[in-house]
Amino acid sequence: MKTYFLNFWQGLFTILIGMKVTFKHLFVPAVTIQYPTVKPQMPERERNRLYVNMDDCIGCDQCARACPVNCIEIETVKSLPEEDLGKTSNGKKKVLWVTKFDIDFAKCCYCQLCVFPCPTDCIYMTDVYEFSEFSRDNLLYDFATLLPEERIQKKKNFEEMQAKKEAEKAEAAKKTAEAKAAAQKPQEEKPKDNSKENKEENK
Amino acid sequence: MMYDWLYNLTGSDILSMFVVSLLPLFLFILPFALLAVLAERKVSAHMQDRLGPMRVGYHGILQTVADIIKLLQKEDVVPSATDKTLFNFAPLLVFMGSYAAFAAIPFSGFFIGSKIDLGIIFIVGVTGLVVAGILMAGWASNNKYSLLGAMRSAAQIISYEIPTLLIILTVIMLTGTLSLYDLSEMQTQYFWNWMILGGPAVGLQKILLIPLMILGCLIIYTSTLAEVNRTPFDIPEAESELVSGYHTEYSGMKFAMFFLAEYANMFAVSAIVAVLFFGGYQSPFGYLGNTLNLPWLIPIEQFFWFTAKGLFFVFVQMWLRWTLPRFRVDQLMAFCWKYLIPFSFVILLLVGLISLM
Repeated sequence: MKTYFLNFWQGLFTILIGMKVTFKHLFVPAVTIQYPTVKPQMPERERNRLYVNMDDCIGCDQCARACPVNCIEIETVKSLPEEDLGKTSNGKKKVLWVTKFDIDFAKCCYCQLCVFPCPTDCIYMTDVYEFSEFSRDNLLYDFATLLPEERIQKKKNFEEMQAKKEAEKAEAAKKTAEAKAAAQKPQEEKPKDNSKENKEENK
Repeated sequence: MMYDWLYNLTGSDILSMFVVSLLPLFLFILPFALLAVLAERKVSAHMQDRLGPMRVGYHGILQTVADIIKLLQKEDVVPSATDKTLFNFAPLLVFMGSYAAFAAIPFSGFFIGSKIDLGIIFIVGVTGLVVAGILMAGWASNNKYSLLGAMRSAAQIISYEIPTLLIILTVIMLTGTLSLYDLSEMQTQYFWNWMILGGPAVGLQKILLIPLMILGCLIIYTSTLAEVNRTPFDIPEAESELVSGYHTEYSGMKFAMFFLAEYANMFAVSAIVAVLFFGGYQSPFGYLGNTLNLPWLIPIEQFFWFTAKGLFFVFVQMWLRWTLPRFRVDQLMAFCWKYLIPFSFVILLLVGLISLM
């Protein structure tokens, strides 16, 4: 009988205690935030989506080599001697056209290892973390600033220059050969030995 | 009275009857349900240190309006294996039950839908339709969870009807009237005339009555809470075990009907507690209309006090919901049969003895 009344009293009393707790919480400011409009404060050294500032990129390929999952792909083309690509913000001269700078964020593991080797600090982590896509292909980010035609143009320029150089070289080689031949003609003391030596050298 | 006033104004019997019967629905139940659903979400959110709906309107004020519009647009799915007639009729029956109860609820001395002498008995009886509707919904859904929920609901409501009725009987015995209007009129003037503080009795009788009445008020509040299937007595709808109980299979407006009925019931039950123990529409400290000599102000004040009391008890229901976990079925039955019913019998007996004094 005693426990019966004790139960009744305790039931009543503990409900009141619980109600007191919930009533207090009615006036506690909310701990949640309105997410898409209000964003939480990210930690100081957050690691999120990479960004490449192509104005500063010299195309040195060090980030791609540092990447443990090979998600960065860089292709560069040498510039023509008469072209001026300008300087990076810390004074390095740019000499390469970056025709391809792809980062595949589907592969990226956000380890930040690519950020440290960069000599011009042009690749860094941003605070963007909302970039989900419906298709995995959309996660392949192209950072190169050149237009597709320009890229082809630059490659072609380089090839042309190369061809020109080759041609010049060949011409120069021809000229030197001719000059040599012209020089060799007067001294016909040991033509056979000379030719033999030449062959050996060639080998 | 509203009806007489309208009858004198228009001269039409049918029109005034129609207006009086529809007023509580359009002026009270629908806005109340809109407000209560929002309040429930806001109260629950703030009790859990969240913010709740914030997007629609200022601090989510229009959230329920948006929800209702969504529910109106929804396809009305009737599963093929259901008993179609019963399935379609059940939400109507449930809503009818809770709407009909509003006919006898005294919103103010000026406006009672129907001023019947058997007010309280009418409310208790007509609320019984809700049980039938719930059972019908659970059975017609042809779904084991729905049926289980409906069975639990029926068992629970029938068990908890007993303490409710015993406490109502106590109050009736003390006051000698079944009319809610007369009950409210008895507790007029100041709050010490409220039934929770012994009613209009005087002297030793009043002092003896106070603890019994407080206990009786607690009992009727808990048992009516169980009758409207609110937490901690929400085992018929128990989301985590029975999906949603009897309204699992309902969608669109039929689901909205159940929802509306639930909230209407919440208010009806709070109103009964308010009328029986807290003076109904009577102001706790006299009327401003009397002191200022503006008789037309009194009904408005009465309406204000009545809704304030009702809404306060609805708030306590929400408050309890986010405080207490759900009962087990055996605990539920033990609580009713081992604690509430003996206590209400003792109260009935003691109040009977005291009223003989």
